[in-house]
Amino acid sequence: MKKAKLNGYLKAGLILTAILTVLIILGFFWTPYDPEAMMTGPKLQGPTWQHLMGTDKFGRDIFSRVLRGAGSTFTIAASVVAIGAVCGTAVGALTGYFGGMVDETLMRLNDALTAFPSILLALVIISILGPGKKYNVIVALGLVFIPSFARVTRTAFAALRDVNYVKSVRLMGASNGRILLVHILPNTMSVLLPAITIGFNNAVLAEASMSFLGIGVTPPDASLGYMLSEAQGMFVAAPWYALGTGITIVLLVFGVGLIGEGLQRRNGEVA
Amino acid sequence: MNEELVLSVSHVSGGYHEGGPFRKGTYQEVLHDVTFDVHHGEILGLVGESGTGKSTLSRAILGIIKPDQGTITHYTKRPQMIFQDPYSSLNPAYTVEWILEEPLRIYGKYDGPERKRRVRDMLKRVELPEEVLAAKPSELSGGQRQRVSIATALIQRPRFLIADEPVSALDVTIQAQILKLLRQLRDELDLSYLFISHDLNVVYQLCDRVLVMKSGRIVEQGTVEDIFDHPKEDYTKQLLAAAE
Repeated sequence: MKKAKLNGYLKAGLILTAILTVLIILGFFWTPYDPEAMMTGPKLQGPTWQHLMGTDKFGRDIFSRVLRGAGSTFTIAASVVAIGAVCGTAVGALTGYFGGMVDETLMRLNDALTAFPSILLALVIISILGPGKKYNVIVALGLVFIPSFARVTRTAFAALRDVNYVKSVRLMGASNGRILLVHILPNTMSVLLPAITIGFNNAVLAEASMSFLGIGVTPPDASLGYMLSEAQGMFVAAPWYALGTGITIVLLVFGVGLIGEGLQRRNGEVA
Repeated sequence: MNEELVLSVSHVSGGYHEGGPFRKGTYQEVLHDVTFDVHHGEILGLVGESGTGKSTLSRAILGIIKPDQGTITHYTKRPQMIFQDPYSSLNPAYTVEWILEEPLRIYGKYDGPERKRRVRDMLKRVELPEEVLAAKPSELSGGQRQRVSIATALIQRPRFLIADEPVSALDVTIQAQILKLLRQLRDELDLSYLFISHDLNVVYQLCDRVLVMKSGRIVEQGTVEDIFDHPKEDYTKQLLAAAE
C-alpha cells in the first residue's frame, strides 16, 4: 500500500463517528436526566434548552433516553459485528486457504443460510433462544452475520494462498496458523474493514427493526429501535421523539457508512 | 569444483492431478523421466521455452508436488527459492526489517538481538543501506526488492537455492547487478543454485552447467561452453539461434 491518505469520505465519517462515540460513551455514565425518571419536566414538550429533544407523554427527557438507547444499539451492533467478523473470518480463512472438501461443505451450508432473508433467520433463532434479552439478540444477529463475512474473507484468503510471499514463508517452515494469522490476515484488511463497516450498519438497522417489531430489546433496556416503536404511539402528540431517535440512527449509520465508502475508495486509489 | 552433491534427481516423472469432490479428476503428466545432479558450489542453469515444465520441476524439488515416479534426494537442509516477480515476493503489510527477521523467528533458535544482528549482516551482503529496514516493500525499487528477496531466502542460511527467472522482471542494468550479486553470494556463502531462465544470455553470463528442457524432458546437458559452442541437439540449436 502507498502511504495511506485520508480522503474526504474517511475524514467526514471518522469525525462524525468520533463525535457520536464520545456522546454514546458519555451516555453510559452521565445523562442530563435519568432516562427512566418521569416528570423531569412538562409532558409532551417540544425541544427546549432544558430538554434538547423534548419530553414524552410521561415527561421523560428524550435526549437522555436517546443517549442511553444509542448506547444499547451501539453495543449490540458492535458485538454482532465482532461475532460475525471473527467467526466469519475464521470460516473464510479455513475454507479459502485449505479448499477441498471442508470448503465445499461449509460454503454450500453458507449458500443455504444466505438464501434466507437475514431478519427471518434472526427471528427463528430468537424464537428458539427466547425473546426480549439483549444477549439473545446479539447471539441471533451474530450468527446471521457470519456467512457474509465468511464469503468475503474466503475470496481474499484463497487469492493470497499461493502468492509468492506466502509460498516463501511456507518453504521456511512457517506453520499454517502463522501463515494465516500473521502473513495473510493483515493483507485481507482492505476487504475486511469495509465489510465490517457495512456489517455494523446492517446490524444497527437489524437491531432497530427487531426491537421495533418487539422481538429485540425490551424494557427496562432501551435501544433506538425500541424507542422508535414507543415513539410511534405518540407520533402526533410528540413527533420530536420519533425524529430525535430516527435522526440519531441515521447519523450513526451515515457516519460509519462514510468510513466504509472512504476505505473502499482508498483501496481503489491504491490498487 | 568438487564433486560433492547437493541434489540428485533420478528418473522423475510427475504432473498435476486436477479435480474436486464433485468433478472428475484429470491428470496431466508434465515431467518425463528427468535425471540430473546439482554439484556443490555450482550454478546449474535450466533453460527451455515457457510451458516446458521448468517451474513444475522446481515445485517437485521443493516438495510442493510429489513425483509419481523416481526419487529426489536432498543432501542439504531446506532449499529456498527466489521468485521472478519482486513485487509479490515480499509481504506488503510489513517493513523490510520485519520481513527479513521472519525466517529467523520461524527458525526459532535465535533471540531478538541475535536476529537483528543477522538481519544487518545479511543486508550488508546484498549491498543495501540500513535505511531500507524501516521501509515497506512498496517504497523500494524493483532491484532493491529483489535484493531483499534474496536476503530473505538466504537468512536461514540454506546451502541450495532455486532461482526461478530472478532477473527477467528487471531492466538490463539492474539485471547485471543482481547476477553479479548472486555470483558473489555463491562464493561468500558457499551456495549452489538451480537457475531457471528462458534467457540464454543470462544463463551464459552466470551458469557453470546447463540443462536444456523440452516438453518435460532433459534433452541435453553439459557445461556452458559445450552447450553454447557445440550444441548437439536440434532443439538446443534452435534455442541458441532464437537468442542471437
